[in-house]
Amino acid sequence: MNGKTKTVVSAEKLSLIFETNDGPVHALSEVDLEVKKGEFVSFIGPSGCGKTTFLRVIADLEQPTSGDILVNDMTPEEARKKRAYGYVFQAAGLYPWRTIERNIGLPLEIMGYDKAEQDKRIAQTLELVNLTGFEKKFPWQLSGGMQQRASIARALAFDADLLLMDEPFGALDEIVRDHLNEQLLQLWGRTNKTICFVTHSIPEAVYLSTKIVVMSPRPGRIYEVIESNLPRERSLDIRESRVFLEIAHQVRDGLKAGHSYDE
Amino acid sequence: MLAGSRSLPLLTVIAAIIAVWYLAAVWLNSPWQLDRYEKAGVDWSFSQLVDDTLDQKRPVLPAAHQVIEEIWKTTVLKRITSKRSLVYHTWITLSATMLGFIFGTLLGVFLAVLIVHNRAVDKSMMPWVIASQTIPILAIAPMIIVVLNAVGISGLLPKAFISTYLSFFPVVVGMVKGLRSPDASQLDLMRTYNASNQQMFWKLRWPSSMPYLFTSLKVAVAISLVGAIVGELPTGAVAGLGARLLAGSYYGQTIQIWSALFAAAALAATLVMLVGLVDRMVMKRMGFVSGREG
Repeated sequence: MNGKTKTVVSAEKLSLIFETNDGPVHALSEVDLEVKKGEFVSFIGPSGCGKTTFLRVIADLEQPTSGDILVNDMTPEEARKKRAYGYVFQAAGLYPWRTIERNIGLPLEIMGYDKAEQDKRIAQTLELVNLTGFEKKFPWQLSGGMQQRASIARALAFDADLLLMDEPFGALDEIVRDHLNEQLLQLWGRTNKTICFVTHSIPEAVYLSTKIVVMSPRPGRIYEVIESNLPRERSLDIRESRVFLEIAHQVRDGLKAGHSYDE
Repeated sequence: MLAGSRSLPLLTVIAAIIAVWYLAAVWLNSPWQLDRYEKAGVDWSFSQLVDDTLDQKRPVLPAAHQVIEEIWKTTVLKRITSKRSLVYHTWITLSATMLGFIFGTLLGVFLAVLIVHNRAVDKSMMPWVIASQTIPILAIAPMIIVVLNAVGISGLLPKAFISTYLSFFPVVVGMVKGLRSPDASQLDLMRTYNASNQQMFWKLRWPSSMPYLFTSLKVAVAISLVGAIVGELPTGAVAGLGARLLAGSYYGQTIQIWSALFAAAALAATLVMLVGLVDRMVMKRMGFVSGREG
């Protein structure tokens, strides 16, 4: 704080090697990165570039082989135990036996919020993702896009300043995805959370981010970090603008240069 | 119309079974009947042969109406406290079945929880669980009865234990699968919340396993009944459907055997149906789509 923006995630020479039957796989190789508070950082690159792995290291779901990583100035494990982040998976992964409100209440129950506080937060987050009125529905009664919104609400319900999103809209069609992207930006604007967002889509990355991390595979590494100078408040129309197209071009060049296109 | 299109095939099958049954009864019972005719030196017609073969006191294969008549006589027309009442015997078997089913379910769930949470138990226990089911129950049932009798336990419990021995197995297998059914991302989600093992169990593994549990329970309740009947065979034939079967075979009372068989089948069908009913109620309450019919 105090005028200087706080660092939320800082990685230094971070490497992760998976031992497989076909020999070691370098999922992450010497990754250096800083994510500041309030940033929206997208990780883009082809499969095997380590973008999801990096997110999972932040979340303490994978252990790095070497290098340092701090989340809120703590180790990822400490951060996880302090419930420092909310994680949104590619599949909504709502529990089919719980109604929407009880799905969103799941982390609150686990973290021991009292009933009144749970109800308050459930109502708030449902409103935040425009799902008010669907409290009593079961997941299968909702469309894919609505389910994913509910899963975002679930990650927002508790006080985590960091939101880790692993291709949350990857399985949705483009129209729904546009809509959710717009809503996600509004949500980010209102909550001032820090968001790390993994995606395959160049327009999505450029539209959402303040910082785009271009990654390349074998070994998984950061090829380029592109700072976006688009304004924080953006409408979908911004995707037609010259600045937007320039950044998109830069990202595509980065992917090309990182050998992301030779398969 | 829908009901008609469903019941027509069913009725056809039932009619075919009854037709085959009666043909078989005439065919199987006629040697004895023909022997009688020859000894008595009477002339006989085919229609008389049919009449007589379907009305023997101890037929090789009793006809359907004889079995139904016997069931009617031993249920509706007898006081249920009577030793000759089929309801009384069914109740004896049912109580052992239910007790064994409850024990088996509890044991099965308990073992499954241990197996899922402890690698050592998983490795050491599962082979024994499977081995236990390769021993023919007919071989082990008398042992259980004799051993328990030696330590002063007799009556309902030994039979219930045999039911338990059979019924815990599908519950263990189903519950191990069910408790392991949450996928990696569901487990990861709980990890991101820093959930305790207990929370992981009660909020994720347990509810995930419910569909598996009920599938297992349907099998378990049916073989509990088999266990209880088998358990009654070596007890000296005092009471229960197993005792009826045994007594029937001692005295060549085939009609009694068949009526006990039908009572057992009806009981099994009812028990499986009841478990199915509870299954549907629980699944509906839990919000699972009613895609799992039967």
